[in-house]
Amino acid sequence: MGPLANRTWVHAWLFLSPAVILLIAFTHYPAAVTFFHSFFSTPRGKRPAKFVGLENYETLLADTTFWKVLGNNLWYALGTIPASVAIAILMALWVDSKLKGRSFVRMAYFTPTVLPLIAVANIWMFFYTPGFGLIDQITGFFGFSQHNWLGDPATALNAVIVVAVWKEAGFFMIFYLAALQTIPLSLREAAAIEGAGRWYFFRRVTFPLLMPTTLFVSVNAVINSFRLVDHIFVMTEGGPDNASSLLLFYIYETSFRFWDTAYASTLTVALLLLLFAVAIGQFLLLDKRVHYR
Amino acid sequence: MSAFRLSGFDYDRALNTAGAWALALLWFAPLIYAFWTAFHPGEYSTRFELTAPLTLENFVAAWNAAPFARYFLNTVLLVTSILIGQFVLCTLAAFAFARFEFRGRDTVFVLVLLQLLVMPDILIVENYRTMRVLGLLDTILAIGLPYMASAFGIFLLRQTFKTIPKELDDAARVEGAGFLTILLKVYVPLAKPTYLAYGLVSVSHHWNNFLWPLIVTNSVETRPVTVGLSVFSSTDQGIDWAIITAATLMTSGPLLIAFLLFQRQFVQSFMRAGIK
Repeated sequence: MGPLANRTWVHAWLFLSPAVILLIAFTHYPAAVTFFHSFFSTPRGKRPAKFVGLENYETLLADTTFWKVLGNNLWYALGTIPASVAIAILMALWVDSKLKGRSFVRMAYFTPTVLPLIAVANIWMFFYTPGFGLIDQITGFFGFSQHNWLGDPATALNAVIVVAVWKEAGFFMIFYLAALQTIPLSLREAAAIEGAGRWYFFRRVTFPLLMPTTLFVSVNAVINSFRLVDHIFVMTEGGPDNASSLLLFYIYETSFRFWDTAYASTLTVALLLLLFAVAIGQFLLLDKRVHYR
Repeated sequence: MSAFRLSGFDYDRALNTAGAWALALLWFAPLIYAFWTAFHPGEYSTRFELTAPLTLENFVAAWNAAPFARYFLNTVLLVTSILIGQFVLCTLAAFAFARFEFRGRDTVFVLVLLQLLVMPDILIVENYRTMRVLGLLDTILAIGLPYMASAFGIFLLRQTFKTIPKELDDAARVEGAGFLTILLKVYVPLAKPTYLAYGLVSVSHHWNNFLWPLIVTNSVETRPVTVGLSVFSSTDQGIDWAIITAATLMTSGPLLIAFLLFQRQFVQSFMRAGIK
């Protein structure tokens, strides 16, 4: 360790510090402070925040809206992730094969990705409008009665899930497309000589080779299912009766509509714990299957 | 399969083509519908007649009903300032991670990568408080600041920088060049494709972002188009669907046109950005 090594150390930190300072300021510090504030009450008017211990967490456990929203979010994740991943694989296989009008098809799949969710939610909103919306017009044509898809607690969340799948599948397709192109052609030729069918080839060769991509995509999908709430703002506002509310939307409402920031911090801690648990669980679960090489 | 082919027609392929096209049309339907509604008078929003007259009036009405020009300006300012901030900060940090050896490098790198899981979008309560303390509420800077030190960008550029042979900067150092010169003259030019890919991903992501800008802004002078559109379509008394879809298309228009023009590069850049 000479003077040169010392200088490298100083240089490294000079290069790093601008990014690290911002990263701490807007990710690590707020995460830590969120945890801290979850043990305090919300300051109101002249009354400052005071330490309340686990009171916010007791409120959380007894909060029926929280449990409802948490259940919604799990159902939302369960509804969006497998569907969008499966459709993404199908899209990638199609777009990777020789297909008439392939570039149009690829563009159609990918377009929802580049559009603002808040904007396309407007269009979907119109699809779902009872009576004269497109879906009711089509079902009406076949003699079904009208239905208020977004206004009925039984269908509101599922209607929102459809939009999320539509938005995300094309994005995930891109990663599968990249992965498919790394699969050597010789494998396909060998399988053809052996007389393996297409489905067999997919199940035994292509799909296992896509596992690392599936891990990457599904981690992304999980994060997105807890992070993307834009369409809720336009389509349902979490209603009716919280039927389509998601965790982050509930956090938003709690802090910026009811200004209960302490409780919002507690909710955020719950969301962060959930994200960590899912990410770690997913990694451990899928990690074993990914290291096949 | 070969039996089918002998008969001169490949059923398997035809079926796949049909399936792929059906899904493509289904995926495109919302956009087709939006175009139909926006370019026809209001009464044709639900009546599909091929002879319906075309009109641009919905766009004119939407443009006049809200300060969209200002919203667009705000979004452009926002997106460019985020992009410049990200390029500068991520380049510096990525270079340090790729080329310097120092104590605690791996720990700091893990702390950076944690941001991939805990995005600023989730920490809205505390980030709002920070912006209030800094006196930045309702500014364009406040929308962009939390995203400038992007873990994704640092990671992506670090991977690219690592593939650049060390001999190149040794040679430059013999010539007496400092670290910053080497970075600017050797590393940045060689990483151009990564910058392009990352730039496209960043621009489209922040053009579309909604929740955080909604929280931080509350005036016309700072609102980006996404927030402007939501304000516009929630005041729905007297504004009909045709005008809302016109506004919707306008909001996504620039990005949509860019996408149609550079479709191949767009898709490839997302691909490149994703696999590493």
